[in-house]
Amino acid sequence: MNPMIRVDNLVKKFGEFTAVNNISFHVPKGEIFAFLGPNGAGKTTTIKMLTTLLSPTSGRLELDGLDPRTHQHDVRQRFGIVFQDPSLDGELTAYENMELHGILYHVPRRIRLERTEQLLRLFELWERRNDQVKKFSGGMKRRLEIARGLLHTPKILFLDEPTLGLDPQSRNQLWTHAKHLNETEQVTVFLTTHYMDEADRVAHRIAVIDHGEIVAIGSPQDLKAQTGTESLEDAFLQLTGSTIRDETAGAADQMRQVAKLWSGRR
Amino acid sequence: MSAIYILWLRELRRYTRSRAQLVASLGQPLLYLLALGFGLGPVFQKAGQGSYLQFVAPGVIAMTVLFTAVFSGIALLWDRQFGFLKETLVAPVPRLQVMIGKTLGGATVAILQGVLVIIVCLIAGFRPVSAAKLPFAVVFMILIAVVFAALGTAIGSVLQDMQGFQLIMNFLVMPIFFLSGALFPLDNLPSILSVITRLDPLSYGVDGLRTMLVGISAFGPAADLIILAAVGALFLGIGSYLFSKIQL
Repeated sequence: MNPMIRVDNLVKKFGEFTAVNNISFHVPKGEIFAFLGPNGAGKTTTIKMLTTLLSPTSGRLELDGLDPRTHQHDVRQRFGIVFQDPSLDGELTAYENMELHGILYHVPRRIRLERTEQLLRLFELWERRNDQVKKFSGGMKRRLEIARGLLHTPKILFLDEPTLGLDPQSRNQLWTHAKHLNETEQVTVFLTTHYMDEADRVAHRIAVIDHGEIVAIGSPQDLKAQTGTESLEDAFLQLTGSTIRDETAGAADQMRQVAKLWSGRR
Repeated sequence: MSAIYILWLRELRRYTRSRAQLVASLGQPLLYLLALGFGLGPVFQKAGQGSYLQFVAPGVIAMTVLFTAVFSGIALLWDRQFGFLKETLVAPVPRLQVMIGKTLGGATVAILQGVLVIIVCLIAGFRPVSAAKLPFAVVFMILIAVVFAALGTAIGSVLQDMQGFQLIMNFLVMPIFFLSGALFPLDNLPSILSVITRLDPLSYGVDGLRTMLVGISAFGPAADLIILAAVGALFLGIGSYLFSKIQL
């Protein structure tokens, strides 16, 4: 059987800089696969290539047997994504955000209405469906984004640091939902996170990436056994070293600063 | 088509929800209309040009449409870094449809805002010469809105940060407004200024509006219409191209 995600010898260069250097991995259908690595290791670049937002320099890439470069629309129809930064429209209500997504993904009206209600109830947002999203807490926004990402019944769900900035309760609840959906809808989950305990608890398999290369891949137990460590955090530190990675603040980070000042606005 | 519709509807929903912004955005046109309209009135009258309020009202309406349309496009900058743009860019919808939906939404909002300012002008004492020509005035508002919403989208597609926004504001949007003949008549200008005003697409929008509302024309309504439509098509083309090149 074809894997749901197939990556062979993938390379992405930005000028002289190699962000992703010859990585390969396969994710079978129904698996929860975690992609771990320090800042700037190449996680988000890889997700962007998988989700048609960036084109690879070389290598082979397939989602559900389709190449994101040549079958852009078919690939987009097949995945849902929760980005690092929220991507909801704060001025619209939760229900309107779902409606917009459903229409953009060509979900037939009847199914859209049914599934919107079902997902909003599941994520405990149905009572608040007519409230503007800007009035929601961080955890509620995240839940809504996942609900929205699942509206068009994707085969793959990408979660790029979905728990960043959430309290332990919200994080816990979010992963419980993700696991539940993985079991009931057989959706393949590809996630990144900086919280090792989450990866340890949720993921079936983990790939550790550093400086654009995969340094280890296997189940959480495998990684611990391989490094002779007690916890995944220790295993991770052993694999990637303890040097702190300083990323240059890009335009997005500066915008985040401004957004903090303006946060009342949207 | 449904994608264009829902993205257009999004812009309208956002507009109707931000009431504070709606009222705030009436402040600037009101200031121009009252301070300049009544302040410069006596001088204008002495120069033998008639009522300045009558003269400046179409300019103030054009200004409102210009600013609202350009800002709606530049709001892409916010959408782009945080948010919502990513949602539309990974959706199985051609980017051209996303761009058109957004631009038409921004243009519609600008037209609504322009209509509000017409009402404000009427309250302030502005009197259009002919009710029959009002629909043609609306046609010019639509053209101005589309031209500058497309320009806004083009700018929003390439801007990276807020500093760039200030630059665009001071070196593009304000000059487009001040050099358009919105505030002063275009005849008997020094030759350099005369050339510049003719290169400014808003000049033709203001002139078209003024022709239909108060019956004063510098270029003739047919020329205004053709030039605005051509510039609109050009900006839509450039906007679509730049929008299709956005990388996150």
